[in-house]
Amino acid sequence: MNDPVDVLIIGAGASGAAVAWSLAETKMHILCLEQGGWMNPAMYPSTGRDWEARFFGDFSPSPNIRARPEDYPINDDNSPIKIVNFNGVGGGTVMYTAHFPRLHPSDFRVRSLDGVADDWPIDYDTLAPFFEENDRMMGVSGLAGDPGVPPRNPPMPPLPLGRSGTLLGKAMNRLGWHWWPSDTTVATVDYEGRARCINLGHCTPGCAQGAKASTDITYWPAAQRAGVELRTHCRVREISTDEHGMAAGVVYYGADGVEQFQAAHVVVLACNGVGTPRLLLNSASGRFPNGLANSSGLVGKNLMFHPYAQVYGYVAEPTDSNRAPPTCLWSKEFYETDTSRGFVRGYTFQFGRGVGPIMEAVMSEAKGLLPWGAGHHAEFRRLNGHRLGLSAICEDLPEEHNRVTLDPMLKDSDGIPAPRIDYRIGENTARMMEHGVARAKEVLGAAEATDICVNSPILYGGWHLLGTARMGADPDRSVVNEWGRAHDVKNLFIVDGSLFVTSGGVNPTSTIQALALYIADQMKQRLANLFD
Amino acid sequence: MTEERALTPAQADDLRVIAGVIIPASEEFDVPGADDPTIQADIVATLGRDAAFVADALDMLARIAGAPLAGLDPPQRETVAVEFRANGGATVATLTRVVLQCYYRDDRVVRSLGLEPRPPYPKGHVLEDGDWLLLDPVRARPRFWRRA
Repeated sequence: MNDPVDVLIIGAGASGAAVAWSLAETKMHILCLEQGGWMNPAMYPSTGRDWEARFFGDFSPSPNIRARPEDYPINDDNSPIKIVNFNGVGGGTVMYTAHFPRLHPSDFRVRSLDGVADDWPIDYDTLAPFFEENDRMMGVSGLAGDPGVPPRNPPMPPLPLGRSGTLLGKAMNRLGWHWWPSDTTVATVDYEGRARCINLGHCTPGCAQGAKASTDITYWPAAQRAGVELRTHCRVREISTDEHGMAAGVVYYGADGVEQFQAAHVVVLACNGVGTPRLLLNSASGRFPNGLANSSGLVGKNLMFHPYAQVYGYVAEPTDSNRAPPTCLWSKEFYETDTSRGFVRGYTFQFGRGVGPIMEAVMSEAKGLLPWGAGHHAEFRRLNGHRLGLSAICEDLPEEHNRVTLDPMLKDSDGIPAPRIDYRIGENTARMMEHGVARAKEVLGAAEATDICVNSPILYGGWHLLGTARMGADPDRSVVNEWGRAHDVKNLFIVDGSLFVTSGGVNPTSTIQALALYIADQMKQRLANLFD
Repeated sequence: MTEERALTPAQADDLRVIAGVIIPASEEFDVPGADDPTIQADIVATLGRDAAFVADALDMLARIAGAPLAGLDPPQRETVAVEFRANGGATVATLTRVVLQCYYRDDRVVRSLGLEPRPPYPKGHVLEDGDWLLLDPVRARPRFWRRA
């Protein structure tokens, strides 16, 4: 029997780490259960000659392909975009591109400004101090002065433009379109015990140098020094409730596979936009027959990704290819609503630097650019190291038919029902993607690129898992209130991407973590009457 | 995870031949073909979770060829390869990817591309700073994010 804890956090990824660190100053007994383990950077792909090949195996972004013991399967057959994630201490921050934009002020007022979806119950200014705090904790590199985003002051200088950034910047200037070096959580100078980036290039599946911020090397060491307990290889099956309808604790399987119960006074869910609704639905009981915290019926609904419209081509000049972090530039030219485009809301362009030789060979062969036989070598030398590309990160609007449910058949290695995804791209988003593809082709045309290829959507592009336990003031239209507490269960909090009311058109990690810090701050301010 | 499955000698032989059709040796670029023994050994040793898909692809190849691929003359092999590639699907894509990922990490091939045969870590790479003056016209632009 485990001793009860004050706060039990489920999930040690982007948001779980942030909320754990923030709450640690309360000196409460805080425990985090994480289904994965600690990562060993010495084992990351970039340390071996098979660094590119492992993307197709044990470091695939898809849990269904990766199939590590800590992964759970996901039935995403009924979705044109497949789920990608990472399970372990650090969660998705272990395997992300480290592109770190924030939601814009207009993203919190979608209904008021553009007449679609719903406004958030909080605004950008509410989150602003937490964005700043998170930038400092994660260590953000960037350049102040961008006219396309609200003022911010990244603590480190930006990544170099490199060859690719220079070529793309010239192209954007020819078109008169906005561009700017991206905010990124790649350290460009030695920072808080992290070594600066040395351009391993292959840093999305874990940074062996430790330059890329993942929460196992940022928040977690600080949280543990402050007394937070982190228990790894513990997979939670369900949240139990007591006779008062409050969360009593969780049932989980430890590293030895033995079922255990952990009592807690407060439970915080930080399992991402698929894991969190899965756990709430798996916590159905006599008191909560439709799943925990689901009186609104919205748990699992309104799933949003950011459908990525990717376009790339080949230029005569050499690009950075795999010899630099993939993050490079962003453009906000098409972010804010302009109804003359045929859709509302907008997208960020995220520019890439290129890929390594194996990825180039595999992708260009699949596209039919790279022939079999005698012409193979000459063509490969024309393509390899000459790729230039960009993706439109398109805002996805909430639609209830896009959802996470429990698969009736599929289970994980502990026998826990696995999630099923039903998703289709909405009409507004589809028009946005077409616009993004057309504009991206103009960019590549301005760069004099040839052999233009399109992946729209990117099949394995379900990185951003949002909206499945949305926040709001109305219990009939939301799962948690404006400070993250479940409407139905007054000692249950959610701090991950499930909270998002709308998706914006940016990579969400910065905003997810700012939300987690904001909710932790709200909890600290309300400790005396947290359950009122 | 898909099951791991050892290739039969006939499948291994067909794999060697089709790999050589996909990427033949080149005197011009001074590189071996993908049927090179060292590259083949790497492919077979690292098939792992791809083995079942590759074996299925080789079964398809055998059906198309109707005979061991090595016994066909080069034009016949080309014809079989065209049909094999056109039939496509996940199994052929997996076989092709396995060939490519082992070929393009071979030391001789990597050097021929002007690259160093080494993992990215710990040496890393040098990234040029680029031309920051390009940003001047963007800096001059007025704010255009919406206040809300």
